[in-house]
Amino acid sequence: MASRQSMLQNHPEICRHLLWFFGVAACVKLLLIPSYHSTDFEVHRHWLALTRSLPLSQWYSDETSPWTLDYPPFFAYFEYFLSFFARLVDPQIVDVHQGLNYEADTVVYFQRISVIVSDLCLVYGIYRLTRKLEAKKRVAMWILVIWSPALVIVDHMHFQYNGFLLGLLMLSISYLQDGRDVMGGFLFAVLLCFKHLFAVAGPVYFVYLLRHYCRGGLLKGLGRLAAMGTVVVAVFAAAFGPFFYHGQIQQVISRMFPFGRGLCHAYWAPNFWVFYIILDKGLAFLLKKFGIDIPTPAASFTGGLVGDSSPFAVLPQVTPLSTLIMVLLALSPCLVKIWKNPHPGSVARWISYAYTCGFLFGWHVHEKASLHFVIPLAIVAVQSLEDAQHYFLLSIATCYSLFPLLYEAQEYPIKVVLLLLHSMLMWFGFSAKFSKKGSSSSSSRSGEEGEFVIGWGGKCYIIGIVIVETWGQLLHPYFLGDKLPFAPLLLISIYCGVEVVYSWVWQLKRIMAD
Amino acid sequence: MDRNNRGKVGKDNVELDNNKNGDVCWWLLHKGLASFFLCISMFGLLVRWTVSLHSYSGAGNPPKFGDYEAQRHWMEITVNLPAQDWYINSTKNDLSYWGLDYPPLTAYQSYIHGLFLRFFDPESVTLFTSRGYESYTGKLLMRFTVLSSDLLIFFPSVLYFIHAYYDVHSRGRKADVAWHILLILINPCLVLIDHGHFQVIKLNSALLFKLSPLSFCFVNLMSTYFAPAFFSHLLGKCLRRKHPLLEISKLGLVVLGTFAMVWWPYLHSRDAALQVLSRLAPFERGIYEDYVANFWCTSSVLIKWKRLFPTQSLRLFSMVATILACLPSMIQQILAPSSKGFLYGLLNSSLSFYLFSFQVHEKSILLPLLPATLLAMEWPRPFKLLTHYALFSMFPLVCRDNLILPYIALYALCIFLYHPPGGRWDGAKRHHSTPLTLVSVLLTLAYLGSLVLHIVYLTVRPPERYPFLFEALIMLLSFSHFVLFAFHTNTKQWMLSGHLIGSDKGKKQH
Repeated sequence: MASRQSMLQNHPEICRHLLWFFGVAACVKLLLIPSYHSTDFEVHRHWLALTRSLPLSQWYSDETSPWTLDYPPFFAYFEYFLSFFARLVDPQIVDVHQGLNYEADTVVYFQRISVIVSDLCLVYGIYRLTRKLEAKKRVAMWILVIWSPALVIVDHMHFQYNGFLLGLLMLSISYLQDGRDVMGGFLFAVLLCFKHLFAVAGPVYFVYLLRHYCRGGLLKGLGRLAAMGTVVVAVFAAAFGPFFYHGQIQQVISRMFPFGRGLCHAYWAPNFWVFYIILDKGLAFLLKKFGIDIPTPAASFTGGLVGDSSPFAVLPQVTPLSTLIMVLLALSPCLVKIWKNPHPGSVARWISYAYTCGFLFGWHVHEKASLHFVIPLAIVAVQSLEDAQHYFLLSIATCYSLFPLLYEAQEYPIKVVLLLLHSMLMWFGFSAKFSKKGSSSSSSRSGEEGEFVIGWGGKCYIIGIVIVETWGQLLHPYFLGDKLPFAPLLLISIYCGVEVVYSWVWQLKRIMAD
Repeated sequence: MDRNNRGKVGKDNVELDNNKNGDVCWWLLHKGLASFFLCISMFGLLVRWTVSLHSYSGAGNPPKFGDYEAQRHWMEITVNLPAQDWYINSTKNDLSYWGLDYPPLTAYQSYIHGLFLRFFDPESVTLFTSRGYESYTGKLLMRFTVLSSDLLIFFPSVLYFIHAYYDVHSRGRKADVAWHILLILINPCLVLIDHGHFQVIKLNSALLFKLSPLSFCFVNLMSTYFAPAFFSHLLGKCLRRKHPLLEISKLGLVVLGTFAMVWWPYLHSRDAALQVLSRLAPFERGIYEDYVANFWCTSSVLIKWKRLFPTQSLRLFSMVATILACLPSMIQQILAPSSKGFLYGLLNSSLSFYLFSFQVHEKSILLPLLPATLLAMEWPRPFKLLTHYALFSMFPLVCRDNLILPYIALYALCIFLYHPPGGRWDGAKRHHSTPLTLVSVLLTLAYLGSLVLHIVYLTVRPPERYPFLFEALIMLLSFSHFVLFAFHTNTKQWMLSGHLIGSDKGKKQH
């Protein structure tokens, strides 16, 4: 009775509630405007100037600033669109030369507010995903996504436009879940033309659409395949067409895929390669102890590939191609599952898994890429108790791994309180959904009942986070002073990496068991 | 009250709010009020710290800077000089540069903060050389002192108050209690002034919550705004006991004792004590400064007080007016003391001081606003209007400090928080629509006018002849609403005793 009542709740009311969530978050984001922003801020400002002041043919070849355009053309068109408004606010923002490293209030306000407004895309995506869910699941999901601290830290402090890109992804997933495959595929193609990093889920989309959409006999299947293909090609043509016309396509591709960078980012993302590197160093140390001579590697992990030399002393070298193969290997069990049973309800799970594999085994992965799998996984998290418990820890670990992004003292209380507050809200939301007295008759299917509690493993992990943070902030400076400055960051990477690897294994098991 | 009872406030007295029709906020409350309080406290912390990121009073503005520099200077003086010299003009302590003008308890608080600052950044509090000291670390430390005072003093007091208030008035529903907690902790004026403009929360604001003779002493020392209320309430209570004279003398002893304890460094000579008193009451500064929404400043549009009367007479006028204004509330409390009446008394006495006292600052609206927040559940809509006009009256100050963005953000946040999607916090839809009376229409028009005035103040240049036209308009609007509010609350206080006197007639507590 209760859930039917909530299902009958009309859409305008859901909209209002959702906008309330967005409004509260927006107020906090407004207050965060003067906080620290990274060089990504200048990157985006430069792109505003680039797209406004220079003709299309020079967008990918301009050298005025080291922050060259390395996103696909749709993002460039997006910046071009924003630059109209930027020029109204303050013409100096869009001046390619005068605007370099421009830090006045106008540009800060303009860019920050543009991120807040573009988050409406994420709100719409979440609306489409949750409008048919029951109230408790809906509210829980809103807490997880609209009030996600990781998004606030990356988008509204560090500065990026992930909110609206993830909104496109969520929209695409929502269409797939509704069975509208063409729209889903179309939106994914559009997303790829905004940020090619999302292509990791490409195989999942390909196999799913092939099996789910392109079926119904050979002729019909081929027809549908052609239709889908046309849509995707049209999207790519719209994006890259003008650059083909100007003969710029080589330049565009080379800017989009800068393979001069190393296996790891300057700060190591909590992925598999951290353990690989630790293993390599450990083995080298042990072997040296046993008297075996190991030459010190010439290359470094964060620098580019130096010819044939490997940064690894003992273990085999890792190339971009080998990481690609590893990602595909990790993805293959999932792809087999999709081939066998392309069920719309599990789309979110597969896509999140794809991004987890990409994060874990990819080349030059930023820790910010954890957003790509944490946000879609929220769709799955409200479906069952085990998913919720798994998500709780994963969300905390990935948010904590983002802490080193904000290294200045004045942001420290903010990031800690954001994480604590969100953990509390998550606990509230999940407990409300998964509680013995709260469960209604429709949710008595196995997996949804039971109290939301964190097991001993989870509790120990969370206490461990507190210990790692105390060590990094207090004990390390006290005991070791300035020595080994990378050690606390490495500790954070390893500790969060443990949870990410665990999550990957858990997700794989869940997918296979489905 | 033992700790075990504290969490039970929600469970024992009120029914569980089992809202299933999708109202957004039930999930916040289903884990109990203690968890909710923790959650809102963290959110309050977040809001406070994000406001702290913004500018402060007098930032980058030599030679005098602003309140931030004043507080820093007090830390410098209290840390480097012995207590006896804090209020005395000397070569080391130049009183004309932000001399201490708050009672000794604030000075002690500054001393503790000064020690903290000296530990982490000694340059910020060295004598003389730290004047005008502004740095990233310094700002962080200063903001942290405000936040820590809030956390250590204000938040626990709120918890205690909620516990005491809702134990007595056991009809409170869980959602009401929750909303009340939210109103008090996320008070936009308090956050903006304390963490934006810069002010360390005065102990009095927090100690208000404890209804005891001890707090009377502290409050009396900190701010006379609440003194009449305390005095009349405690007197009323004493008179109702079996041996009134004994009770009064006991009270007097406690007051004197606390007074002596706090003022100890200044009691060794008459001069020292007088010197402190003269710092606390800076009568040479004139009856009003800038554009504060009180009686003297507003009426000075028509009657030029400063020109017509000397300062001595104005002092007398203001004292008489203030006493007359808080007399009704005092009498009510002496005749029929009650805890709710005490809260009304606090509100009325502080409001009358704000409206009629000497040398009132715009920030002083915070003092009446605090008891108003404690009573907010009695009249939610007038309270929201009061908050709006309190913020509005401080708008020129906010603009001067470059705090417009936090102002807008906090205002918007409070609109969202005070109106969650389900209607009220307990999900009850409003069963009646507001009657369209003349008063409500006028109030709505005035409200819209004030919103327009915000934009006009920021964008339009005032005419040459009246450079302070917009400030005056803001002042006028705010003052009129404060006066209306004062009438409303005084009436309410008397209505309280109306049925109380009837029920208690002839009954004396032993």
